[in-house]
Amino acid sequence: MNLNRRNFLKTGTAAAAGAVLIPPLVQSCNNLKISTNVKDYLNHFEVSRAALNKVISVAMAKGGDYADLFFEHKISNNIGLQDGKVNSASSKIDYGVGIRVLKGDQTGFAYSESLDMQSMLDAARLAASIADEPNTFKKDIFNEKVPADYYNIEKNWEDVSVKDKVPFVQKINDRIFSLDEKVIKVNAFLSDESSYVLFYNSDGRISYDYRPMASFGAVCIMQKGRQVENFYSARSYRKGFEWLTEDLVEELAVEVTQRTNTLFDATKPKAGEMPVVLGAGGSGILLHEAIGHTFEADFNRKGTSIFSDKMGKKVAENFINIIDDGTLENNRGALNIDDEGNDVKKTCLVKDGVLNSYIHDRISSAHYGVDPTGNGRRESFRHIPLPRMSSTYMEPGPHTREEILAEVDYGVYVDNFSNGQVKIGAGDFTFFVKSGYLVEKGKMTRPVKDINIIGNGPQALADVVMAANDYKTDNGTWVCGKGGQSVPVTMGLPTVLVKGLTVGGLNA
Amino acid sequence: MTTKDKYKLADRALEHALNNGASQARVIINNSQNNSISVREKKIENLEKSIENGLSIFLYVDNKYSVHSTNRLDKWKELAKFIEEAIEGTRYLSEDKYRKLPDASLYYKGGGPELKIFDEEYESIDPQQKIDLAFGIENEVAGKDERIVSVTSSYDDGMSGMVMVTSNGFRGDRTSTYYNLSASVSVKQRDARPGEGWFDNAVFYKTLKHDGIGREALERALRKLGQSKIESGNMPMLIENRLAGQCLSPLIRALSGAAIQQKNSFLVDMLDKKVGSPRLTLIDDPFIESGRGSRLFDSEGMATKKRKIFENGILRSYYLDTYYAGKLDMEPTGGSTTNLVLNKGGRNIDELIASLDRGIFVTGFNGGNSNGSTGDFSYGIEGFLVEKGKIVKPVSEMNITGNFLELYKNLAEVGNDAYEDSAWRTPSLLFDDVSFSGK
Repeated sequence: MNLNRRNFLKTGTAAAAGAVLIPPLVQSCNNLKISTNVKDYLNHFEVSRAALNKVISVAMAKGGDYADLFFEHKISNNIGLQDGKVNSASSKIDYGVGIRVLKGDQTGFAYSESLDMQSMLDAARLAASIADEPNTFKKDIFNEKVPADYYNIEKNWEDVSVKDKVPFVQKINDRIFSLDEKVIKVNAFLSDESSYVLFYNSDGRISYDYRPMASFGAVCIMQKGRQVENFYSARSYRKGFEWLTEDLVEELAVEVTQRTNTLFDATKPKAGEMPVVLGAGGSGILLHEAIGHTFEADFNRKGTSIFSDKMGKKVAENFINIIDDGTLENNRGALNIDDEGNDVKKTCLVKDGVLNSYIHDRISSAHYGVDPTGNGRRESFRHIPLPRMSSTYMEPGPHTREEILAEVDYGVYVDNFSNGQVKIGAGDFTFFVKSGYLVEKGKMTRPVKDINIIGNGPQALADVVMAANDYKTDNGTWVCGKGGQSVPVTMGLPTVLVKGLTVGGLNA
Repeated sequence: MTTKDKYKLADRALEHALNNGASQARVIINNSQNNSISVREKKIENLEKSIENGLSIFLYVDNKYSVHSTNRLDKWKELAKFIEEAIEGTRYLSEDKYRKLPDASLYYKGGGPELKIFDEEYESIDPQQKIDLAFGIENEVAGKDERIVSVTSSYDDGMSGMVMVTSNGFRGDRTSTYYNLSASVSVKQRDARPGEGWFDNAVFYKTLKHDGIGREALERALRKLGQSKIESGNMPMLIENRLAGQCLSPLIRALSGAAIQQKNSFLVDMLDKKVGSPRLTLIDDPFIESGRGSRLFDSEGMATKKRKIFENGILRSYYLDTYYAGKLDMEPTGGSTTNLVLNKGGRNIDELIASLDRGIFVTGFNGGNSNGSTGDFSYGIEGFLVEKGKIVKPVSEMNITGNFLELYKNLAEVGNDAYEDSAWRTPSLLFDDVSFSGK
């Protein structure tokens, strides 16, 4: 289980040094725009209700308990800047249907990239073979599930010309160069994605969604004498073209330049266990790794998580409330409906310090006999749904940032991260600190950088001894990986104090 | 799609691009098939099958460049429109004179050795046999130890093929197969439930190892019980062969044309200079029989060559594709690794462990990262404390921290146990004086 803030950029630049779009470069062929009518989605995928029912009948014909169809059409565009010019672009169209059959907690899965009846039936038969008692499925019901509306946008990315996007990427480059003479290189990108989803299952539920996503950011590389340093800043939301503004360009350019600059004076702390102050915002990576993944119910159902027998038990101080929330407006982790057709929710994982709920998909909620939490997510129609986080955060606590810093005699303050990871069963989690500060006698002193911090989930959670009232969400390009599948997420935290974690550093 | 069908579609797309404004183009048609079976508690847990096809087109339009891909290949009219729109959109980008196809003289033109990376039997294997293999792995360990909380075993196989054509005369195709058997086992002692996995993979079904994988996973999980951190300190670090790629990849990343040209590499201007210990000799060899990274042409169609990357610690070659080679005013070498081979030392892992007075034998990494510009790194690790040549106890929740330039100067010994079922054929590596943080 791992998380990577730069994953997006790495894959983007490795493939093509970015990509672009055109007069939308590519569009969907049956552009239905943002519709709230299931008929438009059926037309978009050129399938009828009768066809859906036929495919489901074949999927259920071997005695499966449940089957679902997940149609997806995703159009992605990316433009990239290097050496001062917007000089590369890429686009991608992905299209198909995933067909899943469940028998108890067993899964049969296949997908098809062609939506002609023969191809869909072939995939349905493959998925059906997880069960082996011939059965006749005769149901012809359609209960339309109207999805929520968490990402209302004004201007659809499919309607935006590449010509209108290029200036923003050019501007962020020019602004970064204007801010500091040490800047030697800038890599900037803008990517957008528009995804059409149609869902139908053997209970007759039919639903749909239109999912926009945009990410914008830059890597700044500076040189001072012989020393070279880099920093990456980006934002990502389910927002439309209206999101791109001069203010956003300015905010990112200033942030990335300032943060690169800090690195030149950075040192490494002493190696070993010490108090760690997690700054508000991106430090939510602590929750994602130390707690979030180990609360995913598939691991607990199989007994492989270190939290497997902790439900209802006290796991943290009373003032700690940890939430997973897929309903945050325009948030990168939000969904109007999850990838199993269920309502997305705000779920309290830890309530007043007590483990309150796991993160569920359909299989695990049935196993535990609880309502689905709307966390069944999949990377695409090619993948099976798994319990996944959306936006994971801690509610504000009773302390102030100043009170927290005052408690620390020698430790580190960290607030910028590039990635993290966890071992579910052992509970050991890590996060890599791109930048932070030493804390000496209650004061932030020298910057630190490039250190890994490692701890054990249950211990670290119990060791969160203070939490401040300054909550912030981190809206970076976070990508969460699990079982070979990547999904977009966000996270957040108020400033907190963890009594002791093992900090990478140097031995005297 | 047959290879012939792929060529036909690729040629048609290429011609369409050239007729609609592209000055140069490259088209790649990919197809792949994968089967995946996982079993748990004597039942099939997941049965997955996938078949996919895709087209990628690299467009060079009046010195402007873009790349596009789609999996909607069945309607030519839509595909034609996709290509036309892509060309039109490319016109809004800035010119970049370095974007062009490779010089045709560098292309692979046939006559290379037989690489043996494709199993003709792929389509004819009985699906039931595959399921039985997965159950066989589970049966090795299920119920064999009361501390086991979960065993999952998996069988996977896949076939992938590609055809590539370019407007300046390259035509080439490649197909390969793989088979993989794996197990993951979780065990319990008090609260901790450490898990471990083991796997074997092969290019040919008949060479896939059928047994021992479950037992190895269980043994590796059990020996982690009781793991804990120890005091911080500088010690030798011995890395298990399968994991050593973790220490190699930042070095390789620093050699890529993009990193060098964008000054985002700690190996800028280091060509023909001493970077590491004399024990560091690294060869990129594309021609190893059934090598997982073997290939006759690279992703641009250029003929691959066997070359030295490091020779006795001296950096001999970057990884340069046509674009970055042009920008750096150097000759292209191929933009990515094929098979990596380190010059072997004389001892295996047991002998290396026995040689340590006090050090840590690393058998797992946990997160961490490195700074591409400076080479600074910090990674979470787990493994074993070794004292007086013997494994003393399992350790975890520790970090190693340092700088890759210093780490490779401290490369003390290379094992003779290269892990050959991977494109990066890493042996065990022993580094002196590594900073560990723990208690």
